[in-house]
Amino acid sequence: MRPEQTLTAYALRLGDSALILGQRMVELVAAYPELEEELANANFALDYIGQARLFYTYAGELEGAGRSEDDFAYFRPEHEFRNLLLVEQPNGHFGDTIVRQFLFDVYYLLVLEALTRCSDRRLAEIAARAEKELRYHLRHCSQWLLRLGDGTEESHQKVQQSLDELWRYTGEMFAADALDDAMRTLFDGPDLGAIAAEWHRDVAAVVDEATLSMPPEQHMASGGKKGVHTEHFGYLIAEMQNLPRTYPGATW
Amino acid sequence: MSEQVWPLYEVFIRTRGGLSHRHAGSLHAADDQMALDHARDTYTRRSEGVSLWVVRSDRIVASDPAETAAFFEPAADKIYRHPTFYDIPDGVENL
Repeated sequence: MRPEQTLTAYALRLGDSALILGQRMVELVAAYPELEEELANANFALDYIGQARLFYTYAGELEGAGRSEDDFAYFRPEHEFRNLLLVEQPNGHFGDTIVRQFLFDVYYLLVLEALTRCSDRRLAEIAARAEKELRYHLRHCSQWLLRLGDGTEESHQKVQQSLDELWRYTGEMFAADALDDAMRTLFDGPDLGAIAAEWHRDVAAVVDEATLSMPPEQHMASGGKKGVHTEHFGYLIAEMQNLPRTYPGATW
Repeated sequence: MSEQVWPLYEVFIRTRGGLSHRHAGSLHAADDQMALDHARDTYTRRSEGVSLWVVRSDRIVASDPAETAAFFEPAADKIYRHPTFYDIPDGVENL
């Protein structure tokens, strides 16, 4: 793989996780019980989608085949998406939504921080911009995890269950594949081993403060990075791509 | 809407360094930190500010509308409190 191909694939993978989490959160727009959280959720969703646009646009330029951000988002089939399995998991109840975002955000923020120091200038610039947004997201969902974990007996029990059930999707974040290795060697990209250690420490600190327990060691699901998705993904993609595929070239 | 209503908070925004915080509106939140987050997400989405204050509405001590006469009307006939008795020298533009 040529260096530009490594960058293209890596930018697409980052964009995919951001877009799919954004899409999941968009599903919740107009469904929140409180107006202020409704706005927060929509703001966050648009932040992720905005980040995906930057990654996709860069990938399109690197690829040089004339593909736009919309081509990557709306006209690729399921198996070409390389997002983490974690972000495609259904919204579930509010605790599931918060835990999913929390586990991803801690990881994503560490990756973005590392990328601000990588040797590809454009990717470092995109990461620096996204990092600021992510710091706030993480603050928001960490606080919710504390409230739910240290809240009522019911909220504690529910959010502990969310943590236990989503935990199996966290392993693939740190399982470096050929692309992660190439990114690290060629562009001084993130060291997933170091990030895994920091992630566990950061997650454990909030989980502990929220009076929750860290889930036990268990079998970890994987496949997102190879384009092998969970059963929920097809429905998500179908809804997300429906309009541009039905009316190609549609504009406002 | 949820059955239990979160307490009301008042939001104050400083739009630029050097200016004072001004009342922007109100919102509902379960605690102080959440109020600050909600203020950020609800009132500063379009770069409206550089600093935020939130305070629970029930912690604000307000004047009583029934006492408006006693509170404010006595000031109405104290014209000597307004600096209108000075002769402004010719040529002074900014006073």
